Amino acid sequence: MEHYISLLLKAIFIENMALAFFLGMCTFLAISKKVEAATGLGIAVIVVLTLTVPVNNLIYNNILREGALAWAGLPEVDLSFLGLITYIGVIAAIVQIMEMILDKYIPALYSALGVFLPLITVNCAIMGAALFMVERDYTFSESVVYGFGAGVGWALAIVALAGIREKLKYSDVPEGLRGLGITFITVGLMSLGFMSFSGISL
Amino acid sequence: MAEVNAKQVLFEPIFSNNPIGLQILGICSALAVTTSMSVTIVMCLSVIAVTAFSNLAVSLVRTQIPGSIRIIVQMTIIASLVIVVDQILKAYAYEISKQLSVFVGLIITNCIVMGRAEGFAMKNGPWLSFLDGIGNGLGYSVMLLFVAFFRELLGAGSLFGFTLLTPVNEGGWYITNGLLLLPPSAFFIIGLAIWGLRTWMPEQVEEPDYKMSRHTHKEAF
Repeated sequence: MEHYISLLLKAIFIENMALAFFLGMCTFLAISKKVEAATGLGIAVIVVLTLTVPVNNLIYNNILREGALAWAGLPEVDLSFLGLITYIGVIAAIVQIMEMILDKYIPALYSALGVFLPLITVNCAIMGAALFMVERDYTFSESVVYGFGAGVGWALAIVALAGIREKLKYSDVPEGLRGLGITFITVGLMSLGFMSFSGISL
Repeated sequence: MAEVNAKQVLFEPIFSNNPIGLQILGICSALAVTTSMSVTIVMCLSVIAVTAFSNLAVSLVRTQIPGSIRIIVQMTIIASLVIVVDQILKAYAYEISKQLSVFVGLIITNCIVMGRAEGFAMKNGPWLSFLDGIGNGLGYSVMLLFVAFFRELLGAGSLFGFTLLTPVNEGGWYITNGLLLLPPSAFFIIGLAIWGLRTWMPEQVEEPDYKMSRHTHKEAF
């Protein structure tokens, strides 16, 4: 149990997807002007990550990995080079399915998250989490915890940034720095803040 | 652009329409690889190759793709190209591919590649699209190399692994700035680079959401 808690905290704070690995930056900077939108996107990312990382984990361990096809009588086949194309396919499919299910059964949530779902397919945080999962060789249950933690970390970062940017628009920023420039510097300062977590060893 | 010529397509994205500085594209997978010049160059070459060839491929099949599934077709083309690049790197530059770790794979979700395929290659011929891919790849590379230059020089006192400023702990005089090797510095450098770029080209400055009124001595009645 302790192992999972430390994995979760590590994924949320120490290895924060957005602020320590720069993943999902495009959406991170584009959708962080309003706290409401940022919260919606954050929740969507948590849900998608919690689903896709474990599914990709199952696919990797049972089909793609070297020797994983032994059950089908092909012990020497190594399909791991197909990894990239498989993960992105799985992510796109899951996002699509989620969109349809939400539309059918939970229309309220769909109207809140709907616009963000297609954006998530090309969010590097989702793909990055899948690749990190493979690189670090997580087991199935670890991958569930990691996916959820990575999502929460990303959501936390984007909501915090949106909060800062809402205040920031009333400040008098030098001309060339307006908009994108000052946002980068703000994210840098936030990232500096999150660096302080790296001293924690779990 | 009324008249599209090759030179414009190739050079415009480098400064005046820089994908990172102006369009906020492709920052995702980029920043983590800028701690040293040699790793950055490999990353840049991979991105240029993928953008150029995916643009070429998408442009060649652009009349055959049904509109409703174009995203998935583009994605498949890009993913296949990235797999090729990844395998080549693993075969010929294993050490660097280890350092790049997941970031080669993340070229797939790099918005520049997808954005150019969707925005340019779907509407233009193969040759121009190919050039556009190279141009945008170069624009991305310029920004990345700029960041990497400062991070490696000031953070480790070297360029391409050769020591230029001998650090104190090796008997030299230069006190390395460790902060520049950590993630936050990349944000600062890009922020400042954007500031510089926009001071040079004032037409890129964004309109403020909220305008401060000037200080006036008169009281409002």
